[in-house]
Amino acid sequence: MAVMTYRDALNEALREEMQRDGDVFLMGEEVAEYDGAYKVSKGLLNAFGDRRVVDSPISELGFAGLGVGAAMTGLRPVIEFMTFNFSILALDQVINSAAKMHYMTNGQIGCPIVFRGPTGAALQLSAQHSQACETYYVHAPGVKLVTPGTPADAKGLLKASIRDDDPVAFMEGELLYNLKGEVPDDDDFVIPLGVADVKKEGDDVTIITHGKMVNVAMQAAQKMEKDDGVMAEVVDLRTLRPLDVDAVLASVKKTNRAVYLEEGWSYVGIGAQIVSLVQEEAFDWLDAPILRVTQADVPMPYAKNLENLAKPNAKRVIDACHRVMYR
Amino acid sequence: MTTDTATESETMADALHGVSPDTARQLLNDMLLYRRFEEKAEEAYAIGKIGGFCHLHIGQEGVAAGCIAPLRDSDYAISAYREHTQAIAKGIEPKHVMAELFGRVDGCSGGKGGSMHLFDIEKRFMGGHGIVGGQVPLASGIAFSIRYRELDELVICFMGDAAVNQGGFHEAMNMSAVWDLPAIYVVENNAYGMGTAFTRVSRNPIDEKALSYGIPATVVNGQDVLETYATFTQLAAKVRAGEGPQFVDVRTYRFKGHSMSDPVSGTYRSKEEVDDRVEHQDPIAILRDTLFEADELDQATLEEYDAEAKEAAQAAFDFADAAELPEPDALYRDVYAELNPNGRLFFDGLDRPDFAR
Repeated sequence: MAVMTYRDALNEALREEMQRDGDVFLMGEEVAEYDGAYKVSKGLLNAFGDRRVVDSPISELGFAGLGVGAAMTGLRPVIEFMTFNFSILALDQVINSAAKMHYMTNGQIGCPIVFRGPTGAALQLSAQHSQACETYYVHAPGVKLVTPGTPADAKGLLKASIRDDDPVAFMEGELLYNLKGEVPDDDDFVIPLGVADVKKEGDDVTIITHGKMVNVAMQAAQKMEKDDGVMAEVVDLRTLRPLDVDAVLASVKKTNRAVYLEEGWSYVGIGAQIVSLVQEEAFDWLDAPILRVTQADVPMPYAKNLENLAKPNAKRVIDACHRVMYR
Repeated sequence: MTTDTATESETMADALHGVSPDTARQLLNDMLLYRRFEEKAEEAYAIGKIGGFCHLHIGQEGVAAGCIAPLRDSDYAISAYREHTQAIAKGIEPKHVMAELFGRVDGCSGGKGGSMHLFDIEKRFMGGHGIVGGQVPLASGIAFSIRYRELDELVICFMGDAAVNQGGFHEAMNMSAVWDLPAIYVVENNAYGMGTAFTRVSRNPIDEKALSYGIPATVVNGQDVLETYATFTQLAAKVRAGEGPQFVDVRTYRFKGHSMSDPVSGTYRSKEEVDDRVEHQDPIAILRDTLFEADELDQATLEEYDAEAKEAAQAAFDFADAAELPEPDALYRDVYAELNPNGRLFFDGLDRPDFAR
């Protein structure tokens, strides 16, 4: 095991996959000469040249579509969005082209492309730069969605996403890039899509979450264990489509109580889907309604105090856990 | 005597835009097939064999024939949703196009695409795209791929005149120019985006839009298929020589409504205008007359071509009509290229075949 940052884990994954497969190329704003807006692509231009590490104009719709066209002819583009907020400009090409290509061509033409970049809020970036975009991407059949919350998951899942034959949205977090963690040394360390990870075991309540919020869930679980002796189980979905429903059900059947934690808005959010699945498939195992901890149902405000009020945090997770445990 | 022959032959070559009489006759043959095919589709739509939207190319056959015939099998073509004849021009058999319009399993997209989403990867026909301008960045991506792999290929991208007001068009033009991509972007300029005249929604002419990105632009009379063919032969050679992308404003005219559910004329264009264009600007009649005048075609041959075209259209109809509907399992097939062994991909709660569990 090596200890490295989430950023370096992504960089290694890109480097290894580009070495492994000459059809993989990286395109996006500032990815080459600038070494990446968040330095994820640092050194890749030097290693692979400007044929494979390509600075794009600020044209999200255009270069997302260009990537899809390249994927239609067998290349494996990795398209970096400086943040997924900007990818809203590109959603036509993601949803109308990438997501539907394999289906409407009757399987003749695939679209092995990865769209990656940070999603969700950082610190005081306000309304247009602080959105969690998962729901936009996971709603349409045809796109897979991957949301790693740790350096090891970032590396193993990015490698799997690049090798996957379908369009994959790979959502990172600005506040995760400096997070350090252990990453296996194996240079073929791949985590298959569709496998959740129990980040902490417990019997009393399940906290289900994904992406950056895994770390908030862990804080909450550790504090509850220390303060109250409550053993919360933290289930990190890791990928939202494919979704490891079995892992969710197994944990709920063990603890009989669950809270969904996500960074995005509640309305038609990821948690809404999880609640629906659990009540359909494990209704009799529940001892309490499932609660959701989400961003406040408002655009993200700038002022620090308001931003803190809007974001989910460990305290709100603990409160929700207490409520489902009737404590 | 020698001089006279030379002059005569030069005059003829000039009238045919340097296109050989054999090629010219082949183009006439092609356009007749496209016309009869579209008329048969119109008939099938009227009796409910074809559903949804169905955009006919009648009047614009010169664009399909003249732009695609100069290309190679290894070149790619991509288009919008008025693409039946372009698909045939790129080599898809008419029966597989018609079966797709009928929503049958023998359609070129297995009945899952329909009129607006014709595909055939073997023939390098890359769709069939339904969002105005959406195919333009895709074409640039195909061209990027060709350049990345250093292949001697190109992509031709068709769009309607309305597409040039979409943002994706401009982004794609810019990237194509900056990266010298091997693409020919073709605006089938029929003067109307559905019912809106182009001049009402753009201050400058179409070719200026490409010129502003540094892409050479050519204006062609698409109703003269020989002029179109000659121009695209030259442009394809330039792209193959590594000169970067080319842009063409092909002037044409749609003889029918925007789609089968729209009127031919009405508030946005007069019946007189349409009648005048049909009478004087029919690409098939123009080529027929040119060949007659050059003594390269006689009435009997013309009738023979037309009979063959009608027969082919009828055969396509009969094939499509006899073809099976897709199996119910096809509903869930090919949503994903890779069914990951772990996790769930489908969430509708309905009965699904085993592979979609």
